Amino acid sequence: MRIIVLIKHVPDTWEERVLDPATGRLDRSASERVVDEITERALEAALALKDSDKSIEVVALTMGPGESTGAIKKALSMGADSGIHLVDDALAGADAMTTAATIAAALRDAGADLIIAGNESTDGRGGMLPAMLAEHLGLPALTFISDLVVEGGRVRGERATETATSVVSAALPAVVSITEGMPEPRFPSFKGIMGAKKKPVASHSLADLGLAADATPRAASVVLSCEPRPGRTGAEPIVDDGSAGQRLADYLAQQRLV
Amino acid sequence: MTLLNDAPMAAPAHALTDEQAALVDMVRDFARHELEPHAIEWDRTKHFPVDVIRGAGELGFGGIYVSEDVGGAGLTRADAALIFEELAKGDVTIAAYISIHNMVAWMIDTFGDGAQRERWVPRLASMEHLGSYCLTEPDAGSDAAALSTRAVRDGDEYVLTGVKQFISGAGSTDVYIVMARTGEPGPAGITAFIVPSDAAGLSFGANEVKMGWNAQPTRAVILDGVRVPAADRLGGEGQGFTMAMKALNGGRLNIAACSLGGAQWALDRAVQHIRTRRAFGKPLSEQQSLVFTIADMETELQAARLLLRSAAQSIDTGHPDVAAHCAMAKRFATDVAFTAANAALQLHGGYGYLAEYGIEKVVRDLRVHQILEGTNEIMKLIIGRSVLEKAS
Repeated sequence: MRIIVLIKHVPDTWEERVLDPATGRLDRSASERVVDEITERALEAALALKDSDKSIEVVALTMGPGESTGAIKKALSMGADSGIHLVDDALAGADAMTTAATIAAALRDAGADLIIAGNESTDGRGGMLPAMLAEHLGLPALTFISDLVVEGGRVRGERATETATSVVSAALPAVVSITEGMPEPRFPSFKGIMGAKKKPVASHSLADLGLAADATPRAASVVLSCEPRPGRTGAEPIVDDGSAGQRLADYLAQQRLV
Repeated sequence: MTLLNDAPMAAPAHALTDEQAALVDMVRDFARHELEPHAIEWDRTKHFPVDVIRGAGELGFGGIYVSEDVGGAGLTRADAALIFEELAKGDVTIAAYISIHNMVAWMIDTFGDGAQRERWVPRLASMEHLGSYCLTEPDAGSDAAALSTRAVRDGDEYVLTGVKQFISGAGSTDVYIVMARTGEPGPAGITAFIVPSDAAGLSFGANEVKMGWNAQPTRAVILDGVRVPAADRLGGEGQGFTMAMKALNGGRLNIAACSLGGAQWALDRAVQHIRTRRAFGKPLSEQQSLVFTIADMETELQAARLLLRSAAQSIDTGHPDVAAHCAMAKRFATDVAFTAANAALQLHGGYGYLAEYGIEKVVRDLRVHQILEGTNEIMKLIIGRSVLEKAS
């Protein structure tokens, strides 16, 4: 069985993330890049399946600029067998539609039995890509899944909603997006780190995928302008004259926070 | 005349390779998630977190510079120096125990015969088994070659009798390397043995109450007629002391790295503190005397780091003055790191003295690094004598 995991190189969630006001795009130099935390859990889900069945092949796929090989290297050190890097200058500024079309082109003949993605990335947080991808590929999509099981040629998982938990399943091949409810990713081992550079990484441009750069659908949505979030406006200070506790409780109740 | 060998020390590693950077990243993640959040609690409750240590074993921490054919990670001492520095930022005591465990695994990997390597090393490398190194005795510390534990040959076995003192991990670990006397007085009469924890006649003293290193047990190991098959003798008779000293070269670098990591953590905390703490109308970081303190801490830790990495390369490349290089790195790093950690405590004022801030723990933990794996006075003997031998 071949599992392809979609991973993404994103700015560190714990650092300041900055948009470039001139282009409306992410300023990639503003903070350290890490593997997106939810997609790391997607990889963990695939590796956990591989732990119980060594014949499973795990491939990490990412789309991003040259430096995104860092994300693939991390995935390989954690235990993925190989990597696929979709990289092309013409992809800069790609929106979800373009990204889904490009990844779909790469996956169409990749022989994946299961495609696992995060339900959203921690930077863009669009949360649309897995469903778009499934639509492009004509595959069933199980989205927002926790507790993933593969057996008898089917994939099954739980999806928690506000009122209930649905159990959903589909025949393979399928696209699954997982939530942060899935287990935390493992640490790479020393051996995994030292062995990562020996694992194969394929790099594909748009032309390689049969998508000529000029024929690529331009991003259907573009950011026209962006401005920094305004600073916090003055809160109402409460000076304790004996009633502060009551006023604070009233305020919280008024805001429906308690 | 140049110091020691005419060949200069190997050029220090100023830049990390991509792999080394990835190793450091992984260890940082591990230390931050698995060690640092618990370090103060483990110190307070004297808890030896065997489950967490076994988890580290799965990642390769049990045999960092042990050969790959017996389950080790096969990394260099230069890699190990980076790994221990980063690990100690999470918890000095746990990092230091893992150093001792690595000495044990490395000794059997390096000096064991084929059967011994296969039997003992894989489970040490995975940390399914934990190791202890037993050299020091109640009456033989710095003068380790004067040890009096006896091993008497009896057919296919040796019978070991004596007491080992200050043994890290003792009582909680599975494999003990015991240096015992089989022959003449002095180093040439000492032989090493591999003793499993369930050997009849092996028992342990009380967990010592001590200043620091509380998250690992320290006990006496009592050997009362312990029968060890000759097959578990490590190396030949009389070779034990040399093997024990070779293991200590690496142990000294690991401990130096642990000191450096602990002190760097304390320095980073102190910098944060004095930038935000205000007194006399401005941040403490604008007081020139405190700026000078930070400068001294940084300078000495950087110097120690270069000496450490250089000595690690001396082991990796088999430099003839390796023992002196390791002694210099250990002496210097453990001294300046203790001074830096103590300075970090002072920079924190009263908060530094509170357990909650973690600084006083690092000071207590680093203090013993000036004593163990050879006191810093013994380090000076090794260094000074090496220099004088060159001149004679």
